[in-house]
Amino acid sequence: MEFLQQLVNGLSLGALYALIAVGYTVVYGIVQLINFAHGEIFMIGGFGALAVWLLVPGESLSIWMLPIMLIGGMLAAVGVALLTERVAYRPLRNAPRLAPLITAIGVSIFLQEFVRLFFGRIPGFPDSKRAIPFPQIEYVTGEAFNIGGVTIQRAALFTLVALAICAGFLYVFVNKTRLGRAMQATSQDPDTARLMGINVDKIIMVAFALGAALAAVAGLAHGLRYTNIDFKMGFLAGLKAFTAAVLGGIGNINGAVVGGLVLGVVESMATFIPGQFGGSAWKDVWAFVLLILVLVFRPQGLLGARVVDRA
Amino acid sequence: MLEVKNLQVAYGRVRAVKGISFTVEQGQVVTLVGTNGAGKTTTLKTISGLLRPEAGEIWFEGKRIDSTPAHEVVTRGLAHSPEGRRIFPRLTVEDNLRLGAFARKDKAGVAKDLQRVFNLFEILQARRDQPAGTFSGGEQQMLAIGRAMMSRPKLLMLDEPSMGLSPLMMQRIMSTITELKSEGVTILLVEQNAQAALSLADYGYVLEVGKIVLQDSGKNLLVDEAVRKAYLGED
Ligand SMILES: Nc1ncnc2c1ncn2[C@@H]1O[C@H](COP(=O)(O)OP(=O)(O)OP(=O)(O)O)[C@@H](O)[C@H]1O
Ligand SMILES: [Mg+2]
Repeated sequence: MEFLQQLVNGLSLGALYALIAVGYTVVYGIVQLINFAHGEIFMIGGFGALAVWLLVPGESLSIWMLPIMLIGGMLAAVGVALLTERVAYRPLRNAPRLAPLITAIGVSIFLQEFVRLFFGRIPGFPDSKRAIPFPQIEYVTGEAFNIGGVTIQRAALFTLVALAICAGFLYVFVNKTRLGRAMQATSQDPDTARLMGINVDKIIMVAFALGAALAAVAGLAHGLRYTNIDFKMGFLAGLKAFTAAVLGGIGNINGAVVGGLVLGVVESMATFIPGQFGGSAWKDVWAFVLLILVLVFRPQGLLGARVVDRA
Repeated sequence: MLEVKNLQVAYGRVRAVKGISFTVEQGQVVTLVGTNGAGKTTTLKTISGLLRPEAGEIWFEGKRIDSTPAHEVVTRGLAHSPEGRRIFPRLTVEDNLRLGAFARKDKAGVAKDLQRVFNLFEILQARRDQPAGTFSGGEQQMLAIGRAMMSRPKLLMLDEPSMGLSPLMMQRIMSTITELKSEGVTILLVEQNAQAALSLADYGYVLEVGKIVLQDSGKNLLVDEAVRKAYLGED
């Protein structure tokens, strides 16, 4: 029973990682950039959702606020992601790889500081230098479900359902739509994609927007689940999600989902490790041990990296 | 139809194309031949917008296109089947072909052209749902040509379609080009295999380290003393 309980905990934690990991992987698949600022896009998704909630008068916790918050979070996250792509990454498209990577770290710090310093300055908004309580919306928070002795928090279930819906949507988008096929083509061979009439700049924007939208879902889910959000929350979550993306095979969207879930489960299972190295204090250590093992024995990731290969 | 005027292209400080001029008229097959590194691929990439010229002009159907983005050049009616085939290996044959028609909006026309490509290359129809990366070199070349045809181009540019193919497969590709020619497709053909290219071309240009050194009808170049020596392996 304890095992089942940890499995459920792990999967729901992993669902959060997976939602963020997709953003690392789609952007990497198209432009071979590790967008280290993606964790901050997740954080901004959470703050966008909170901001919309604060702006709607009445402090309502009605379930009807949830879609409104989701849209707010997505608009904020997608807007910021597209802006960073345009001003920070696009000018470096043909620069050596190291330049955009360092820029991404700069963007990450900038976004954290920006939220820390300015979010609280908006009239009526709480101080953003410390953690801010996140509205606990009815139905998706509150008393946990108990199914045959296994408890599952409502927000955890919300995260899992959100991941399932997003993964389904992504699958259809990538494999069944014109734009999705253009994205695959661009990831496999960008120059030849241009010869087909595909506007590669547009595809890159779609990749950033798609990743940001999913990160915003994660930002909202994080707020519901941990009851508050703060400007630094993107750092560790981003690092874990990046680990998940590498674990699954960076560039591979299915891999990001699987990698996220596996990572979450491994972290929760760490409680079963007996003695000094077990328990939740060591969960991050075991998560990164897993990453190192995968990188040593299966460097292409669990499902295989799908980076560009040219004939 | 296509007019290239005094084109110069460089990679950094290395100039690969040093001021070449040539024209392709409607309905013609024109070939650029030359040895390794002559600048043939560079020329095609510049016409299709993947590279930007340092100097010179490119005109297509009365419009200047040398600063048009690559993804718009194809919508003007100029298709480029790149060197080394460059099919999308993890997409199916059919998806590859449909991507060739990415810029088109006329669904019915696309369906018709897909059938036309399948008629031209039956193997593609038989294996339409398979990932293109599993194909042999010759099959990939058929796919690359078919994909370029899917944009229903006014001018088709082919970069070394015979590269790395068995003699039999090469013959098959060359007879396809002849077939396309008889259907009235205008073609700019780049080849190292000068014999094959000149035999089916209306007009040919011989490129040597970034310059055009000879130009004449395909027939005349084929019997030209200097060409026979340098490119057809005779002495
Ligand atoms: N990406 C590049 N960077 C630098 N130099 C290049 C690049 N591509 C080609 N070159 C150089 O430009 C010159 C022309 O090359 P190009 O590929 O156009 O020749 P080609 O006629 O197509 O040769 P081949 O028959 O071998 O395909 C060569 O000297 C080549 O080394
Ligand atoms: Mg070449």
